[in-house]
Amino acid sequence: MTVLDVEDLRVDIRTPTGRLPIVRGVSFTLARGTTLGLVGESGSGKSMTALAIMRLLPQAADVSGAIRLHGEDLLQADETRMCRIRGDRIAMVFQEPMTALNPLHRIGDQIAETLVLHRDMARRAALDEAARLLDRVGIREAQARLSAYPHQLSGGQRQRVMIAMALACRPDVLIADEPTSALDVTVQAQVIDLLRSLVDEFGMALILISHDLGVIGRLADRVMVMYGGAIMEQGSTKAVFTTRAHPYTQGLFAALPGRGARKGRRLAAIPGTVPAPDALPAGCPFYGRCPRGQDVCRDNPPPVVEIGGSRAACFFPGP
Amino acid sequence: MKFPRAAAIMQRPALAAGATITLLLAMVALVSLVWTPYPYTDMNIAMRLQPPSARHWLGTDQFGRDILSMLMAGSRNSFAVGFVAVGIGLGIGVALGTTAAVRGGIVDDVVMRLADFTFAFPAVLSAIMITAWLGPGAVNAIIAIGIFNIPVFARLSRGSALQVLSRDFILAARAAGKGMARITVEHVLPNIAGILVVQATIQFALAILAEAGLAYLGLGTQPPNPSWGRMLNEAQTFMHRSPWLAIFPGAAIALAVLGFNLLGDGLRDLIDPKLRRARS
Repeated sequence: MTVLDVEDLRVDIRTPTGRLPIVRGVSFTLARGTTLGLVGESGSGKSMTALAIMRLLPQAADVSGAIRLHGEDLLQADETRMCRIRGDRIAMVFQEPMTALNPLHRIGDQIAETLVLHRDMARRAALDEAARLLDRVGIREAQARLSAYPHQLSGGQRQRVMIAMALACRPDVLIADEPTSALDVTVQAQVIDLLRSLVDEFGMALILISHDLGVIGRLADRVMVMYGGAIMEQGSTKAVFTTRAHPYTQGLFAALPGRGARKGRRLAAIPGTVPAPDALPAGCPFYGRCPRGQDVCRDNPPPVVEIGGSRAACFFPGP
Repeated sequence: MKFPRAAAIMQRPALAAGATITLLLAMVALVSLVWTPYPYTDMNIAMRLQPPSARHWLGTDQFGRDILSMLMAGSRNSFAVGFVAVGIGLGIGVALGTTAAVRGGIVDDVVMRLADFTFAFPAVLSAIMITAWLGPGAVNAIIAIGIFNIPVFARLSRGSALQVLSRDFILAARAAGKGMARITVEHVLPNIAGILVVQATIQFALAILAEAGLAYLGLGTQPPNPSWGRMLNEAQTFMHRSPWLAIFPGAAIALAVLGFNLLGDGLRDLIDPKLRRARS
């Protein structure tokens, strides 16, 4: 069952010098109980896509396309309606658990607030539910922890609190923006396992944003590789990870320091850096860093080609 | 932001001194409500212009009124002016400043240009203009001083609010479905309260000073209500014969301003250690 349907999403930022395209024609659908992984370097438009879905972009951003949640186009919804949807039907977990909690409020209150806001719960009942949620996300002695302040918790615990807050209203869609990037490796694995079991248990749809292919591989059913605000390749995780039809996907995998990485040996890197949004070529955004780049790539938008179950936007796809 | 403990306050001599002075003055003001050595309006021509003595600790004025009693009664006038004037500035200024920060755009521009406009006038001169227009008197003086506290708090709260608004937990709160009005009250205000308290303390000192100035010019508190500023004014005529008439109210004003300034500076250092390092 399709929960979220994003169609030709475009985001432009108005600046004094012109319009900067940040997201360029992103489309995908998301079914109940599935996980979509969004991969790409910093500045590839992953987080902007997420914020556009939440309608939390700055005022200077123009958004076009359609974002349908159970058929309702969120881009047509007013702010009052969005306030009712945010935190209730779509929730979000952020990268930095150290700063995403208000330092002045107890964590129990911060979780309970969401329930009071969206469910009209009494404070007492909301706090009881908050304790159950904390327990569910693996915080020990949850009842006692309700009165803790954020600075009394470790990074991993805070991220669990953030997840508990996001889950409070059993949202249809959970967006997790780099939920494990700020955590220790051992804690990362725990949070990934937690997210996976929550998706199964609550049947929500998860959008997982990460630059970490390992995290995506463990959690996502489908993968969308983004670069320069556009989708480079998408498909089932298995297809994308095995086929690697787009040269950019191949570059990302080549840059992974595998277990065979040796001290002293240089890691493979994609040459160059992500171009600024105003310096993108008219054609494929990856032109300029792509080993297969030709003149045709620079001037024309690449066609979408399906190879081995994976759909790549490239003139010269293939392993 | 963590709240300071008593021990931390006593480790800072300036803060401790400021707190002591302001507490002392507050107590004097409270005591004056129920007791002063003499009724501060009682005139006694036989005892006029007495130097300090055992009967009149700080001497008497040209009508034979007890200076200590007048100073004590005057302290509550100063406190009342400080509280109300800062209250006006804080209430309206913070409302305007946070609204400007949250709404941005044209609202922000209008509010801040108004603040610039008000700021461009020298505060005391403008207070004179306002009292000259509304007529002299304590209430009008307080309003005049209060109006010029508005831009101070508007600017400060706008700047601090913008800083808080850029933090992750605001985005997280919005993602949880909270409206901006709620976020302002629940997340922004508590996080800028500390810096506002510090500024309020400093504005309190300035308000006392401004009221003394207006009263000195005859635009503030009117007789028979006691005011430190007017005592200075009345002392002028007899300054050579009886210098204590000017010295004691002058010292009272200086002490009050010093106390509140020390308190404000001390609190600021306590709340923001980075600022202290930058200043010293």
